[in-house]
Amino acid sequence: MKRSILVCGGTGCVSSHSRLVHDALEKELRTRGLDKQFELKYTGCHGFCEQGPIITVEPEGYFYCQVTDEHVPKLVDSLREGSVYEDLLYKDPETQERVKTRDEVPFYKKQKRLVLKNCGRINPENIEDYLKTGGYQTLDKVFNMPPEAVIEEVKASGLRGRGGGGFPTGLKWAYAREARGDKKYLICNADEGDPGAFMDRSILEGDPHRVLEGMLIAGYAIGASEGFVYIRAEYPLAVKRLAMAIRQAREKGYLGNNILGSGFNFNIHISQGAGAFVCGEETALIASLQGNRGMPRPRPPFPATKGLWDRPTVVNNVETLANLPVILNMGAGAYASIGTKQSKGTKIFALTGKIKNTGLVEVPMGITLREIIFDIGGGIRNGKKFKAVQIGGPSGGCLGEEHLDLPIDYDSLIEAGAMMGSGGLVVMDEDTCMVELARFFLSFTRMEACGKCTPCREGNTRLLEILNRIVEGKGEPRDLDLLETLGRNIIDTSLCGLGQSAPNPVLSALRYFRPEYEMHVKQKICPAGVCKDLLSYRIIEEKCKACGLCLKHCPVGAITGAKGQPHRIDPEMCEKCGECLKKCPFGAIVTAGGDRIGKNKNDYQWDHVPRTRELHDLESGRRERY
Amino acid sequence: MKAAEENGIDIPTLCYDERLTVTGACRMCVVEVKGARKLMAACATPVSDGMEVLTESDRVVEARREILRLLIANHDLRCLTCERNGDCRLQDYCYRYKVEDTPYKGAVIEYPVDTDNPFFIRDYSKCIRCGKCVTLCAEINGAHVYDFMHRGFDTKVTSAYDDTLQETTCTFCGMCINVCPVAALVEKSTLWEGRPWEVKKVTTTCPYCGVGCQLKLKVKDNRIIGVTADRSGSNLGDLCGKGQFGWAYVHSPDRLTGPLIKRNSAFVKVSWEEALNYVAARFTDILNRRGGQAFAGLSSAKATNEENYLFQKFMRTVLQTNNVDHCARL
Amino acid sequence: MSSDIDELIEKYRQARGGLIPLLQETQELKGFLSRETLEKIASGMNLSLAKVVGVATFYHQFHLEPRGKYIIRVCMGTACHVRGAADILAAMEKELGVRVGDTTPDLTFTLEQVACLGACGLAPVIMINEDTHGKLTPDQVPEILAKYRQKTAVIH
Repeated sequence: MKRSILVCGGTGCVSSHSRLVHDALEKELRTRGLDKQFELKYTGCHGFCEQGPIITVEPEGYFYCQVTDEHVPKLVDSLREGSVYEDLLYKDPETQERVKTRDEVPFYKKQKRLVLKNCGRINPENIEDYLKTGGYQTLDKVFNMPPEAVIEEVKASGLRGRGGGGFPTGLKWAYAREARGDKKYLICNADEGDPGAFMDRSILEGDPHRVLEGMLIAGYAIGASEGFVYIRAEYPLAVKRLAMAIRQAREKGYLGNNILGSGFNFNIHISQGAGAFVCGEETALIASLQGNRGMPRPRPPFPATKGLWDRPTVVNNVETLANLPVILNMGAGAYASIGTKQSKGTKIFALTGKIKNTGLVEVPMGITLREIIFDIGGGIRNGKKFKAVQIGGPSGGCLGEEHLDLPIDYDSLIEAGAMMGSGGLVVMDEDTCMVELARFFLSFTRMEACGKCTPCREGNTRLLEILNRIVEGKGEPRDLDLLETLGRNIIDTSLCGLGQSAPNPVLSALRYFRPEYEMHVKQKICPAGVCKDLLSYRIIEEKCKACGLCLKHCPVGAITGAKGQPHRIDPEMCEKCGECLKKCPFGAIVTAGGDRIGKNKNDYQWDHVPRTRELHDLESGRRERY
Repeated sequence: MKAAEENGIDIPTLCYDERLTVTGACRMCVVEVKGARKLMAACATPVSDGMEVLTESDRVVEARREILRLLIANHDLRCLTCERNGDCRLQDYCYRYKVEDTPYKGAVIEYPVDTDNPFFIRDYSKCIRCGKCVTLCAEINGAHVYDFMHRGFDTKVTSAYDDTLQETTCTFCGMCINVCPVAALVEKSTLWEGRPWEVKKVTTTCPYCGVGCQLKLKVKDNRIIGVTADRSGSNLGDLCGKGQFGWAYVHSPDRLTGPLIKRNSAFVKVSWEEALNYVAARFTDILNRRGGQAFAGLSSAKATNEENYLFQKFMRTVLQTNNVDHCARL
Repeated sequence: MSSDIDELIEKYRQARGGLIPLLQETQELKGFLSRETLEKIASGMNLSLAKVVGVATFYHQFHLEPRGKYIIRVCMGTACHVRGAADILAAMEKELGVRVGDTTPDLTFTLEQVACLGACGLAPVIMINEDTHGKLTPDQVPEILAKYRQKTAVIH
């Protein structure tokens, strides 16, 4: 059997220069005359981008991490000998032992990769690879079932929308199936906009045919003849692979008229988003497809009865659709045996933040946060302490330590004040300020609001202003109540899901981290040492060796002192830039209220992020922007 | 919303208009529906059997107050001299729900007032972005002069590139002024002419064409200062530029108010009796000397159908001519 | 040049919902959407100018002012944020001498921040046109920019 060398071609690995490695390998194999014995190909994302570029060797399954072109000659040596290139194997940070295959890597051990099964294993640009793994085989089965039976099967599987809402997919289909219309549409929502989430991108890049197969199943079930993939223009690689997959599927007769002799016609078009987070909302997405501003409209009528061009339309997210071949393959019963009572199957989470192993993980519903963060994610970076995790994207909620053992599914998360969202998991450590964090998320949702309804347009701006005040040390105790009532009212009255969830980060943080908020407004202290305006720098006299480094580096001349004399910082002049603290070799410079500041430079610096032009404009009144 | 209206329940709204597509934008009309997790906008929620709706519960009132607090936080609150003072939905609802002030002291977006067109001013510092003018202009007039520009907090309802309306396809029908719930769009003719409560609104029929649109004249001290919509007629409140702005002739010093006869190349005021006798004599004279073919009659679209019928009858039977025409356009 | 726009309009005139792809392709062709271009599109598609400008100003992707040859998009997503995206942005601003949202006078670079590029494992991340650069530190910034400047020099 010909051996395969699989080079990861996901966006993560490509930007860690996996293409260089691929090309170097190709050249090396050719010059050594080995190119006939090895098949060299690209795959989609493995989800473990932290360790990229990743190369696997099949059939042995050797899993090589952080490969560079310099490794190539020795790698080819090992390939020729059929041996393992030890240095490139993943090293378990706990045991310091190297493991040979992917499944032995702790990151993968607790995962249950059903949807991501092919990602990293097949060449996404070649339909043959997908067919070899059993791709498109569910279609024979599906086309021999009446559409209603397909809907029943999906209902029985308990599949719920993976894009955030968690609406039962089968039910949505049933509405659209029953709705009258001369034509029906299926839309695949690939407008993945949550910062910190990239599962849809990885599926589209790594296994695009799976999404097409899912769309065919859904299209057949609801009686649609046309499908659209609404995808972010920021995902050029995914767009390219998807277009390639559609072309190949058409050539093979999986798309077009009378598919596989079933009499079912189905075509798929790609529509590229133009940069608007709110278009992830289904009515806004439809407005955008119709060439309008992406502003949501009130429901009912729901798209399932009146959607694109006023016809019955189902909008399903990429991950939802990618689950369909799995369900039809293993059967609804087997699928429903995975997960919890109300949430079935697996969910893909994008694990990011202050965690050791960042990446994409697919786990059964009902797993605990602790298992994801500590067993799969390897715990917190740099030996820090876990503080909170933000679940469900910018409109999700922050959960703290007391929730680590909560089995997560759609309903448990909502109860805890967060949500599944699209599955972003951003892990925070002790150096994260919860006020600043909420402010960050809110500045995002505020910027992405469409501006149509009053509570979201005006209210989220006010929430942000109050949070700005608090981190600048100008907050008052009554601001916390204001945040709570305003936040609750925004949720209660907003038109669409964006407004109805935008205050979640603030409200959940207030619920679980209220003392931290109170310290900001009462004592004017930021316990995490993040909020710049709540800090003051000082030099510990006993530790100062009067080396003069701080004095030299202070950009505003706020430090005074002479040789042999402990230096001083003038608090009036100090700009709190933190340069002195970074430069002091003796650790003599601390901030008031603790000495934690400065350990994590990035945290400290992010204070000026939202203070970009946009907010400057806001503060100085309106300016025309054409 | 309609169901409530029919049952005499007044649900507040800033963006709903039965003629227009429901946008559900302002959220003032939220009500509590038993069984629903969130408040529902009455304008966009169809009534169903057995539905239990609370239109003024504590939760609803609190939500409405919040929306008002948010709206006035980003609104030019110089109500003292505002033209809509006393006739402003925002003011009415703040009074109804006892919203005296806003706790949100932050960014207030200010725009220069556009006074560039001859008919009305556009003061977007007072705009609450209800979007009624946008929908109305696109759906009823068809000119689609306005749209939302930018997004989010920066959203501005205006013409493309903030062009003056003369530069756009605007037909100056003025319907946008009449749907504006606040003072973002105000007729120039009413500026500083009188407070809303001093102005009498007199329902009348537009004199311009045969459609017979109903409209309300804004009258102060027996002088017309403006026009506003009247929903009772066949036009449902829709108007065109002539009905809305074409009334200045009423008080024009050049307006003919009685008959004149030209004597020695100058017009002289005469009585109606004298004038009619003069006309009758001349008609008889011409008819006798030249016959009916010497006459031609042109009637006016400002006249009613009945008047036009009488006119042609008169021409044919009395003046014995079929030379009858009608301007038929205006 | 303008005849190309006419061709594009012709292509999308019949397509329902064709305005957004038309704007996208026009921008690709012209670099940005000038007033003249939008007026042409409005009359070609039989839409009001207000509607076209309304759509163009709604989406982040559309630019109504001229833009640089290389678009630098600094990711300000959550993951990048916690790993120092602000430092990268500051270094960019310093190196280019422009602020976020602006274009260098020579029309070589436009500096922007975006919400999330979906490459969080590589945070902090930037994209320069189609290339992704990950795991950046501020001191790498001058070097990266120099590479693109060189490319421009060769082309000229």
